[in-house]
Amino acid sequence: MFDDFLKPLAGFKVTFSQMFKRRVTTQYPEQKRVKPQRFHGRHVLNRYPDGMEKCIGCELCAGVCPARCIYVRGEDNDPEEPVSPGERFGFVYDINMLRCIFCGLCVEACPTEAITMTQLFEISVTNRGDAIYDKKALLVGEDGTPNHPLGDSPFIAIEELQAADGWMRATASAGRSAYEGVVAWTPSAGAGLRPAEIGQSTPSEDGA
Amino acid sequence: MDTFIEAAIKVVAVFALLVLNTLLLVWAERKIVADMQNRIGPNRAGPFGILITLADGLKLFLKEHITPRRAELGTYLAAPAMALLPALLIFLVIPIGRPFHIGDRLITMQATDLNVAVLFVLAISSIAVYAIVLAGWSSGSKYPLLAGVRATAQAISYETAMALAIVPVIVFASTQAGGEAGTGLMSLSRIVELQSGSFGGFLPAWFGIALIPSFAIFAIAGIAETNRAPFDLVEAEQELVGGFHTEYSSIRFALFFLAEYINMFNISAIAVILFFGGWNGPTFDSVLPAFVSGLLPVAWFMIKTWVLLFGFIWIRATLPRLRYDQLMQFGWKRLIPAALVWLVLFVVVTGFKSFGAPWS
Repeated sequence: MFDDFLKPLAGFKVTFSQMFKRRVTTQYPEQKRVKPQRFHGRHVLNRYPDGMEKCIGCELCAGVCPARCIYVRGEDNDPEEPVSPGERFGFVYDINMLRCIFCGLCVEACPTEAITMTQLFEISVTNRGDAIYDKKALLVGEDGTPNHPLGDSPFIAIEELQAADGWMRATASAGRSAYEGVVAWTPSAGAGLRPAEIGQSTPSEDGA
Repeated sequence: MDTFIEAAIKVVAVFALLVLNTLLLVWAERKIVADMQNRIGPNRAGPFGILITLADGLKLFLKEHITPRRAELGTYLAAPAMALLPALLIFLVIPIGRPFHIGDRLITMQATDLNVAVLFVLAISSIAVYAIVLAGWSSGSKYPLLAGVRATAQAISYETAMALAIVPVIVFASTQAGGEAGTGLMSLSRIVELQSGSFGGFLPAWFGIALIPSFAIFAIAGIAETNRAPFDLVEAEQELVGGFHTEYSSIRFALFFLAEYINMFNISAIAVILFFGGWNGPTFDSVLPAFVSGLLPVAWFMIKTWVLLFGFIWIRATLPRLRYDQLMQFGWKRLIPAALVWLVLFVVVTGFKSFGAPWS
């Protein structure tokens, strides 16, 4: 009976001993946790290395989007000054980040790997209108750095933006033999190149 | 006139002490609970986040006042003040240090030395219950009303145990004072003076050492009186919206919050005075300069109080909240009978020791 009375008091030892243990907190704005490689952050619209936009305005991303947060309108390229290599390009491209569920189906649906996800997650806004990212915000710059609609805000870490991960240099080999052995994408703008993938016609390593 | 100035200075000092102490206490509680949960706790506002309470208070102060349409306006507005006032009043009778002289004038380190201070403390802490029940009732909303009723039942139940736990202290004080009787023994400064010696030359003559059961009952009842975990089902912030102060916002809410923390400090201070010798402690009068040795008792008092406050926080971080039926059963079927048995036992034994057995 006396034992039963003392048992609840054992918790006091537990809580007291915890005071001297290591803290598990990450001091967030100063320290950032390493994110998983396939982290689903905000989207970017990519360019080819020559500066051409990859989006061809096919609206497959908008069609597959379960949250219906993507709005795309394509337009024919001017043959003299094409925006993308194909016939058409994405003239309007809006994503409502408040509706987006970050499932990545748009990335899977995209035939040219124009839309990809980054590891950027600091996308809070003070105004609902700012949460709708238009093409200007989504399209990466000439050097592959993603834009941010509020890029001059003190709450946005520019270093984080510049070091954003993503398939931003994807060349979309799409299995064509001409691209075999060519570097297909880099996981991070500043993190060096990922080795080329083995194509369909290359014998695999075990000789099969 | 001098008396008036002295009283005014003391009242202002007590108010400043209580508010500053609350600023520290809220910060300390958040830090200690965070430590016990392997977190860091507030660390942005000021060094170690020590200004977090100030920032929170400022934020609350600037928030909008929201008054429910069905509130009884007069009572609704009076309730926060009624919660804070008793908390501030109780501290007026608490001696925080050794009296000292300025010229011929004896300055006591308490706002007023009441000869019935123990009764005063019990009475005033009962008045605080009105604030809770009236806040709940006047909000014009049923959940605060239910919380107010719950809180009143709890406070009244545990007040009984608390008062019963104090009686042996007064009886023991009477034996320590050589069989003296009368209301003078209920003066808190007198009780502190009676604890200045030692038991058998090595233990300090703290009543808490002789009266451990009384202290245990007082501590449990005190936690329940201040509505702290594990008896905080008045508020039960993880389960309910907020208890009796659900409909309060802005500074009116902050007053309830302030009152709760001042009450915590008051209960700890009273426990220190009744059971742990108050401001008694080594002062090294012959070695240290007079100014330092004069302030040392205040330091002892604050250290002892903060040790008890740490206990409050430690209990909060450890024990889960009681269910309401458990609270009532514990209060009426365990704590009050235990207090009564201890009181009777103690008084009978003391009586035998003082007057001899009635048959001899």
